Amino acid sequence: MMKDITLGQYFPGKSFLHKMDPRMKIILLTCFIVFIFVAKNFYGLAVISSAIFFVLCVSGISPKMYFKSLKAIIFILLVTAGLNLFYGTGEPLWQWKFLAITQSGINTAVFIAVRIIALVLISASLTYTTSPTDLTDALEKLLKPLSIFHVQVHEIAMMMTIALRFIPTLLEETDKIMNAQKARGADFESGNFMARLKALIPILIPLFVSAFRRAFDLAVAMESRCYHGGDGRTRMRVLKYTKYDFTALGISCLVFAGVILCSIYLPPTLRTGM
Amino acid sequence: MSLLELKNLSFTYGVGTAFEKKAVNDVSLTIEKGEFIGIIGHTGSGKSTLVQMLNGLIQPTSGEILLDGENIWKNPKKIRNVRFRVGMVFQYPEYQLFEETVEKDIAFGPKNMGLSQDEISKRVADSAQFVGLKPELLKKSPFELSGGEKRRAAIAGVIAMDPEILILDEPTAGLDPKGRDVLLTQIATYHKIKKNTVLLVSHSMEDISKISDRILVMNKGNMYAFDTVKNIFSKGEDLERIGLQIPQITKIMIGLAKNGYDVSTDVYTVEQALLEIFKLRKGSVYKEK
Repeated sequence: MMKDITLGQYFPGKSFLHKMDPRMKIILLTCFIVFIFVAKNFYGLAVISSAIFFVLCVSGISPKMYFKSLKAIIFILLVTAGLNLFYGTGEPLWQWKFLAITQSGINTAVFIAVRIIALVLISASLTYTTSPTDLTDALEKLLKPLSIFHVQVHEIAMMMTIALRFIPTLLEETDKIMNAQKARGADFESGNFMARLKALIPILIPLFVSAFRRAFDLAVAMESRCYHGGDGRTRMRVLKYTKYDFTALGISCLVFAGVILCSIYLPPTLRTGM
Repeated sequence: MSLLELKNLSFTYGVGTAFEKKAVNDVSLTIEKGEFIGIIGHTGSGKSTLVQMLNGLIQPTSGEILLDGENIWKNPKKIRNVRFRVGMVFQYPEYQLFEETVEKDIAFGPKNMGLSQDEISKRVADSAQFVGLKPELLKKSPFELSGGEKRRAAIAGVIAMDPEILILDEPTAGLDPKGRDVLLTQIATYHKIKKNTVLLVSHSMEDISKISDRILVMNKGNMYAFDTVKNIFSKGEDLERIGLQIPQITKIMIGLAKNGYDVSTDVYTVEQALLEIFKLRKGSVYKEK
């Protein structure tokens, strides 16, 4: 049951996206997200969406996985699009009491839906093609400038790495403890809310105990390998920008320019500054 | 009628995903009341998955498990009753302790069974005695105990449910040799006194050969052999081929036989080996190769 939950869903591969430097991927992802919102009309949206579609195609990840990532937000998608449907102005195409659907309502709904889908898909392409360790490494590098404001960038990155590393371990542990308590007749499925809450105690206490035990063991293991924070620490794999990154950057800049031009020279789809 | 009957039992992990893996493949066997069964196999041979199916923690992909002739999944709502009848001690069971005192923790199972307070206290005391926990430890917090004591307390928690079948999954893992011997003796004593069925999962041949009536050998999800200890060890070389360590004394005897000495190779204790070697000395049975 617990094993069905996938977190940090990285799929190893050798695609263009896999070969890119994670820092460049994060930077470009951020830009893509910004430009999804910069697009003010369907033309701009079409430009950025086709660019995103292209990215998905070169990611080497099966379309099934992207559909799966969309499945998680289907509810939000429907609610947002559904609400926007009724918020249009102008001549109603269909009316029931105070609810009216107008052409501008349909436009907005479709526009917002495409936006959300584009956001989710481009973000998914990053997590699918980048291992959690690479991601935290890249974040550490990118946030490094913040250390002049005394932000402990290395410590934050290390904490993230450790947290990510232990999610599967703790899930497995939870599964084991649940089975052990079930074998002693623990009942998690029946009773009212309070009874179910109480039934969690036999799982939570051993889980916390083991989490602390693991934390302690890990601290000792790090200490005994002379870990003392990020100062003067070198890396086994140094991140380096390659031709893949510059190619991606070049193409992306063209796409962004296209979006800006569309937004300036073509009429906007949305009435407000959304 | 047999106490426990497995019919074409199979289990596949992650059905329909890319990670599909057959853990147990078409296992059929019967276990009689009061037997002591050793289950042995390499890591990943499916022995843990197999025993978890026996008390309904995981549902078989196909096949059925008959307890006293009745399919345990006939009424899924009553699966808890099966778990009370088939007690299961997991690997490293000490990590499941959670109560304020050892006493309360051992009482967790019996309490879930809905027994009376008197019966619960009696069972706690009895099971603590079986695993050799001193009475003064019962009032302590389980987290104050030593590793070995925690293990005993956790095992007592399952024994206290008085299951008809007791399954122990690698109960000696991580114990020192002395702790291992003591625990195995206690399990053997429990079996002798209670006359309940015991299933002991292990990957140490030395451990289970001494106390089992029959041994089930699992290999890559399949039932490789299920036979008496003597018959299993007569196939010592086959066992080594599938990556199982046979007892050292059996290895010596196989070596002797290979070098032309007329000794039997289904020997698994030092005492038996001694008798075999004495036999050799009586007559000159050395054969020219």
